[in-house]
Amino acid sequence: MAAKTTLETLQNIKQEVLAQQEAADSIRILVGMGTCGISAGAIDVFEAMKAELAEKKDIENVQIIPCGCAGMCTYEPIVEVVVPGKKRVTYVHVTPAMAEEIMYKHILGGDPVVKYTIDGEFKTLSEQNFYKKQKRVVLKNCGEINPEDIREYISKDGYQALAKAVLEMTPEDVIETMKASGLRGRGGGGFPTGMKWSFAAPNKADQKYIICNADEGDPGAFMDRSVLEGDPHAVLEAMAIGGYAIGASKGFIYVRAEYPVAVQRLMTAIHQAREMGLLGQNILGSKFSFDIDIRLGAGAFVCGEETALIASIEGKRGMSRNKPPFPAKEGLWGKPTCINNVETLANIPQIILNGADWFRGFGTEKSPGTKVFALGGKINQTGLVEVPMGVTLREVIYDIGEGIPDGKAFKAVQTGGPSGGCITTENLDIPIDFDNLVAIGSMMGSGGMIVMDEDNCMVDIARFFLDFTVDESCGKCVPCREGTKRLHENLIKITDGNGTPEDLDKLEELADNIKATSLCGLGQTAPNPVLSTLKHFRDEYEAHVNDKKCPALVCKPLLTFEIKDDCRGCTLCSRMCPVRAIEGETKKVHVINQDKCTKCGTCLTVCKFGSIIKY
Amino acid sequence: MANNKVNVTINGVEVQVPEDYTVLLAAREAGIDIPTLCYLKDINEVAACRLCVCEAEVNGRPMRNLPTACVLKVEDGMVVRTDTDRVRKAVKMNLELILANHNRECLTCTRNQTCELQKLCYEMGIDMERFDGEKRTVCIDDLSPSIIRDSSKCVLCGRCVSACAKIQNISVLEFVNRGVNTKVAPGFGYSIKDTDCIYCGQCINVCPVAAIKEKEHIKDVWAAIEDPEKHVVVQTAPAVRAALGEEFGVEMGQAVTGKMVSALRRLGFDKVFDTNFSADLTIMEEGYEFINRVKNGGTLPLITSCSPGWIKYCEVFWPEFIDNLSTCKSPQQMFGAITKSYYAKKANIRPEDIVCVSVMPCTAKKAECARPEMQVDGHRDVDYVLTTRELAKMINEARIIFDKLPEAEPDSILGEYTGAGVIFGATGGVMEAALRTVADVLTGEDLKDIDYEVVRGIEEFKQASVTLPIGDKQVEVKVGVVSSISAAEKVLTAVKDGELDLHFLEVMACPGGCVHGGGQPHVSAKDRIDKEVRAERAKALYSEDKRLPKRKSHENEEVKALYDEFLKDPNGPIAHKLLHTHYAEKFIYMPDVDERV
Amino acid sequence: MAKKANGTGDCIKPNDPRFKELKAYIDSVRGQQGINIMVLQEAQRIFGYVPLEVQKWISLELDDVSVGELYGISTFYSQFNLTKQGKHKISVCLGTACYVKGAQAIVEALQQQLDVEVGGISEDGMFTLEATRCLGCCSLAPVMMIDDDVYAKLYDTKQIPEILDKYYLESELDEEMDEAIESEVDA
Repeated sequence: MAAKTTLETLQNIKQEVLAQQEAADSIRILVGMGTCGISAGAIDVFEAMKAELAEKKDIENVQIIPCGCAGMCTYEPIVEVVVPGKKRVTYVHVTPAMAEEIMYKHILGGDPVVKYTIDGEFKTLSEQNFYKKQKRVVLKNCGEINPEDIREYISKDGYQALAKAVLEMTPEDVIETMKASGLRGRGGGGFPTGMKWSFAAPNKADQKYIICNADEGDPGAFMDRSVLEGDPHAVLEAMAIGGYAIGASKGFIYVRAEYPVAVQRLMTAIHQAREMGLLGQNILGSKFSFDIDIRLGAGAFVCGEETALIASIEGKRGMSRNKPPFPAKEGLWGKPTCINNVETLANIPQIILNGADWFRGFGTEKSPGTKVFALGGKINQTGLVEVPMGVTLREVIYDIGEGIPDGKAFKAVQTGGPSGGCITTENLDIPIDFDNLVAIGSMMGSGGMIVMDEDNCMVDIARFFLDFTVDESCGKCVPCREGTKRLHENLIKITDGNGTPEDLDKLEELADNIKATSLCGLGQTAPNPVLSTLKHFRDEYEAHVNDKKCPALVCKPLLTFEIKDDCRGCTLCSRMCPVRAIEGETKKVHVINQDKCTKCGTCLTVCKFGSIIKY
Repeated sequence: MANNKVNVTINGVEVQVPEDYTVLLAAREAGIDIPTLCYLKDINEVAACRLCVCEAEVNGRPMRNLPTACVLKVEDGMVVRTDTDRVRKAVKMNLELILANHNRECLTCTRNQTCELQKLCYEMGIDMERFDGEKRTVCIDDLSPSIIRDSSKCVLCGRCVSACAKIQNISVLEFVNRGVNTKVAPGFGYSIKDTDCIYCGQCINVCPVAAIKEKEHIKDVWAAIEDPEKHVVVQTAPAVRAALGEEFGVEMGQAVTGKMVSALRRLGFDKVFDTNFSADLTIMEEGYEFINRVKNGGTLPLITSCSPGWIKYCEVFWPEFIDNLSTCKSPQQMFGAITKSYYAKKANIRPEDIVCVSVMPCTAKKAECARPEMQVDGHRDVDYVLTTRELAKMINEARIIFDKLPEAEPDSILGEYTGAGVIFGATGGVMEAALRTVADVLTGEDLKDIDYEVVRGIEEFKQASVTLPIGDKQVEVKVGVVSSISAAEKVLTAVKDGELDLHFLEVMACPGGCVHGGGQPHVSAKDRIDKEVRAERAKALYSEDKRLPKRKSHENEEVKALYDEFLKDPNGPIAHKLLHTHYAEKFIYMPDVDERV
Repeated sequence: MAKKANGTGDCIKPNDPRFKELKAYIDSVRGQQGINIMVLQEAQRIFGYVPLEVQKWISLELDDVSVGELYGISTFYSQFNLTKQGKHKISVCLGTACYVKGAQAIVEALQQQLDVEVGGISEDGMFTLEATRCLGCCSLAPVMMIDDDVYAKLYDTKQIPEILDKYYLESELDEEMDEAIESEVDA
């Protein structure tokens, strides 16, 4: 039977937890155990520390806390030691052996092991350039609390917003606050959340639903996973608030099955919230009842689209259906339904608690708040960054991401995943918000940000994204099913060196048609990578079709390998060539038979004298 | 609610339409045709083909992209344009995209001239094939006795999937895979012959192209007619005459019995008989079977067995109801059995020299006639089954000008029929015919009030009760009539759960009964918007019934003669041997099947 | 007419005891709406794949879903396998971050090494090779997973044989262990 939690209980728990954390002898050891940390070996580190601690029974008030990802995944496994009144110590790339040493010297001996900190210079994460321009709202608890302990969430004012909503506010007040905050959906389209709720609220029905869209599918975006792993209760609390606002008593979280850690933590969180009566009947003594179930996605990108997601929860093939009617009117099982994405939801408790004006304190007029980006690709610092809307791409790429590695030239940044487009140098100083990105032919998407340098061929990148959409189209409507296939074929024709100038016009015409006539968002945005690369890098396309050359030297059929005159005739390349395309006598200049060459690049790799060039 | 009207302007034409209309329906009111391919009213409104795109403005604000008229609800003050260059280009390009993945052998295609895609291409002036590239892998499933699927023609409109799911609730056909690899197929690469498919052919009726079609027997029938050794007799099911005319420009809802008989003679059949005759015979057998079951405490409700689609459905999904099925063969099979026994004897022809051809509104009849048990003494009851559509093709091939044909009467001695036999073709008809005979037999009177209106009409389930003297007491006989498998499923569930108490139940697999069978002439999705096909065709049968001098099966003189001279008693030993059959549970998707498609 | 044996092969018999486990699961969710996918997921967890025999059983058990529908669902979502899988599953991430950092080379190296196409199973039954959507380890790109183990920053495909050897060795050890146990039992 669920304990009847009241507002008072919440406050008591908060005081207790804080008192314990602030006690003079408190030591909190935070081990980054998001998927990234675990992949890097955090479990072994965690176990090693636990074992070490278990042996030392004489020390008290030391907690080893598995927490979510702090954002700088490149440093994983990360262990942070927090002692009241002292500077936080951040250990990076920790191994079990290092962990034992840290336990012994630092935790027991009181001496931080400086050599294991960042650059061996005792730097903390927050001192990194990476964090300097960040504003952590959504990720505020990630890496700070134990996601599997509801008490820690409560100590960070968790469930206070829900209490405020159900005890002090009417559903209309909640919606008004959301409208006033200007929060826009972080899943891609940027539709105002308050508006969405206000559409669903007045619809009369015996049952309504709130769905959390955690089917994060954009390749290169993983902020939702990070939130679910690091701060799952924030999502549950927000869903309950949403349920209260629109009059729904049931919620579903649709989460990718490929996120086992997130699923596990969500299940734990739901269980704990039910135990405490923060989900279930008469929450916090109010008349409001709400519960949440999890549904696992089964591997279909299109299920990130609202109507396909609904079909999937209904147990069907995830095929989109036409809108209108919108889910707010006819959604899950025909009932009014609101679907919000994870990052959107994670903002909500803080908006309710701190007010709309607080939220409008960051970001821009039309896109208030922050946005989390997954920074990846050809960039020095990869990871999750949360910045106020309105910062420029240049700030993100050069100040936070510290620029392009190996001295290569920046070419473009791709935002919005397969639905987005490329942004080039000329637009690097445009403040990032929903509308600006659309205006320059890309979109926010869920926040993947992949940086590309001079070695990336933009035609090849467009083809790569079309590979993806052709495979992930649900196959229902003609332009998306048939059209993306023909786009893809056309791109292959070009990267294979068989393209003609007419093909470029055809690409454009077809892309425009797919955009205008596809049934759902997937098809309507699928041509974006083609259109935006065509717009910004038409010269690369033209080089492919006119000169039969790939300027970035990526498209194999368009490459030529040649041996320079300074060849010493060592015969290594000739011996290594898998198709015996290289001829020549010992100590004489070798020659590649271009008819035989398959452009595999082996010769280039094996040549010790740099005598082979490709162009 | 639908009484509230809104004003919309389409291509400059202002119309007032009910507020629940879609733009597609509103445009028709304005005299504007919007191209559609996947759209099928009430059954498949999925906006998948994207051919009905338009430009629309609500409150002066243009809608994003190009919405689809088939599902876009009208709003007051909405302004729609379907005649802009942008719309035209979009429609044409989407058509071209469909064509790029379509087997364009139109001249030799069975749907040449009835193909909805072909018509659209003609109307839209498609003159390019810009998008040729890789095509879907072709799969032709011709292993079943009734239905052929040819994926090279499939446009993935989903109409068949919806029909199978919504009309029949069987869902044999489903979308498989996704994206460009999507196809329509049963599970695991099985031929439909090894699945839960009941061969009702509703999928054929709704297919806009030739991706699903019947397995034709035309060539076999021509060969039999050509063969001087063979005596070829033909029977035509009641519903055929109600629809055959549509193939020759006759308005829907007109029976063309007389011309049909003439046409069959000209095609060269030696005898032109009528399945209506054996429908009357069926009533005799089934009527007596019913009376016996009620009197002797047999399994009730007795459920009719005329519809082979229903029979297979029962054998696969409801084996517990097999004992409820009437043991009577269907009229088609009874006819064959009588032809090769009684008629053979009377005409002095060896049964093995007789070829029995039937013309049916039905694709399941092809499977029925192939059932192993449908034979007597080694002679197949029926040799070939033609659908109404196939008959029309033969008439065309024979260069017969249909509307110039004289009216003619079927041949004796298996050609006479009563009104009761005629109405077999519509849902409720078998029940009504049975009641006409059963009531007379039980009361010993010649009842005049024989129009059982309550069991007529296209509602999926109808109930009635009649008080009749059975044995020595008055029994309130409760009857039910159901058509379409989805409705039958509900009725059977209610019967099984004891929520529905019936003595006699008529089940037809196709909605509306045989008039709407899977072998009937194609009616385009456009025509289905305005016409209630089931009701129109049924009307033809009921007016024929009204017109006939005899309207009760037991008054059929040729049937009487058949009993007097040959069968002796209904349900007697000879009748049992020739006219009754048995059923058994059928299993699907058996793993040892080695032929997959 | 091509014969295609997808989804059959070594048969799961209707009396397989694992169906009891699946039935228990179905009973625990019965009555809820939209459980088709959940049931298929659970079936795959139990059997490792969802061949005809399993889907037919589910169709009968759930009563309102046809084999055709289940097959339609199981071919729509990439999670479902209709055929038996290799002992270990190799998933190479082909998300954008991994792709731009050269994940395609990993796929090609594995294809060559195991002589298997993407989606296929190696002849010895040890590995299934799959290219997968973003695994969410973009900072560690390019990434591959073997079962639950993540191999990060695989710039050099020469590491691959070494990684695979680990699994071959494990499997040999397992076999030896089995044999040892058997001989002990025999003794």
